Amino acid sequence: MQRRKCIPHLVATDQQKMTDNKTINKLPLIIIAGTPGAGKTSVLVHTIRILKSANRRPALVKIDCLATDDDKRFAKLDLPVLVGLSRDMCPDHYSIYNLDEMKAFAQKNQADALIMETAGLCHRCAPYTENCLGVCVIDSTSGPNNPGKAGPFLSCADIVVVTKGDMISQAEREIFRERILEANPGCNIVDVNGLNGQGAAELAQQFQSFKAGSSVEDKLRHNAPFSVCTLCVGEKRIDKKYHRGLLRTMSGCEQYVGE
Amino acid sequence: MVKIECISIIGGIDKSGKPENITSLDIREGEIIGIVGPTGSGKSQLISDIEQLSQKDSSTRRQVLVNGKVPSPALRNDPRQKMVAQLSQNMNFLADMEVRDFLRLHARCRGKDQISTDEIIYKANQLTGEPIKPNDNLTILSGGQTRALMVADVAVISESPIVLIDEIENAGIKKHEALELLSGHNKLIMIVTHDPVMALSAKKRIIMKNGGMSTLLEATPEEKIVSEQLSGIDATILHLRELLRNGLYIEENDLNFIPESLLCKEENASLTL
Repeated sequence: MQRRKCIPHLVATDQQKMTDNKTINKLPLIIIAGTPGAGKTSVLVHTIRILKSANRRPALVKIDCLATDDDKRFAKLDLPVLVGLSRDMCPDHYSIYNLDEMKAFAQKNQADALIMETAGLCHRCAPYTENCLGVCVIDSTSGPNNPGKAGPFLSCADIVVVTKGDMISQAEREIFRERILEANPGCNIVDVNGLNGQGAAELAQQFQSFKAGSSVEDKLRHNAPFSVCTLCVGEKRIDKKYHRGLLRTMSGCEQYVGE
Repeated sequence: MVKIECISIIGGIDKSGKPENITSLDIREGEIIGIVGPTGSGKSQLISDIEQLSQKDSSTRRQVLVNGKVPSPALRNDPRQKMVAQLSQNMNFLADMEVRDFLRLHARCRGKDQISTDEIIYKANQLTGEPIKPNDNLTILSGGQTRALMVADVAVISESPIVLIDEIENAGIKKHEALELLSGHNKLIMIVTHDPVMALSAKKRIIMKNGGMSTLLEATPEEKIVSEQLSGIDATILHLRELLRNGLYIEENDLNFIPESLLCKEENASLTL
């Protein structure tokens, strides 16, 4: 703060940035995470159709790893769509790193909300920020033990969307629901059928009534895993002697190996 | 728990997007309603709408009211408050766990921890051939065993004032015994069926067509008589099924088999005529 006082032009830019951030932070941000094949895109397409019929105009961002066709599905909705491929970077890290760009895209297109679907794969991250509406999509046919294993993308979510409920018995659905509440007691559970859209209206209702959080500098709800090692930066050899970084053995011993 | 006097189904649209023929339908406690129609005509979707207490948010745009009012979200979602038990068409479990653990977990979800799992397994075994054991894994159960366990689970743990049954005649379990187990005093029951015996045992039946509720028929006095006679034929067929299952030869005489219970009923029926 001391230094900023000394350099007037920097103060101005910072203030400019702050106001930019403020207007950009007022834009409701909805982040959708979930396991591959759980039905994130199908659920979203149904939900966004309902939002559109209520005269809402969100911008859509789809993050995937290597390739995606989902932008074609989104394009049919006639809304601004942006696609990002994370390639070598973890898709969750990529989506967090590029959030400002996505917000700018939404603003440039006069969108009234930004809906971002991540590719989230490893279950250790949660892509949700404190200000966003965090939505986790989970497949109920994955079995009642799955919610307990799902990690922060389920336990930090505001809304948990359960898909494929029509494929299991009522009893299994109820047990699955109970297991989700054990992992995330405060969440709102919404059952959505990705094929016919049943339940999407309730989700759309929650999207519409969501107001962006107020913290100026938005933060992640959960930290990304902090163990990084030489494998993260391209080492291909397997033998233990080649590896450096924060490493964990089968017996659970975690240590720093290196200089 | 809310006492169910009546549920109302406000008609939505059929598969072509046209309004359903039946625009409003009230079903009262104690009523048994059949749901019939060709495959793909929307029978299962109708009971799914009732199970979810749909509020114009399903593909059919139907609305379901409880005692004339819009049900609360808790009534729709919380298993402890749920008033609907549903036996779906599913023929297998996907949950990878033992039968006893599954029943215990489900009982806890419905807030009924004190229920005996052995009693449920016993009841299921009355409906199926080879018995289910408490430590069997759910996923190895046969279609019939699964269905029998689902029936017993719905009857005991999900015990609710509204019972929805999708094709109970499937999987070769004892359908009459299963239906008896599911239908308690004054319950509101809806049965999706392709079986004439089941369809005619209901006092009213909804005819489905192209995804919409097309007509509501009330069973005629003549149908009641046909229904009694049909039960006799059905009993003979079930008798033959048991003989075959037990490795016996069938004799011509077996076609004349009518269980005593039905004989008494028929006498009663002719007396009332």
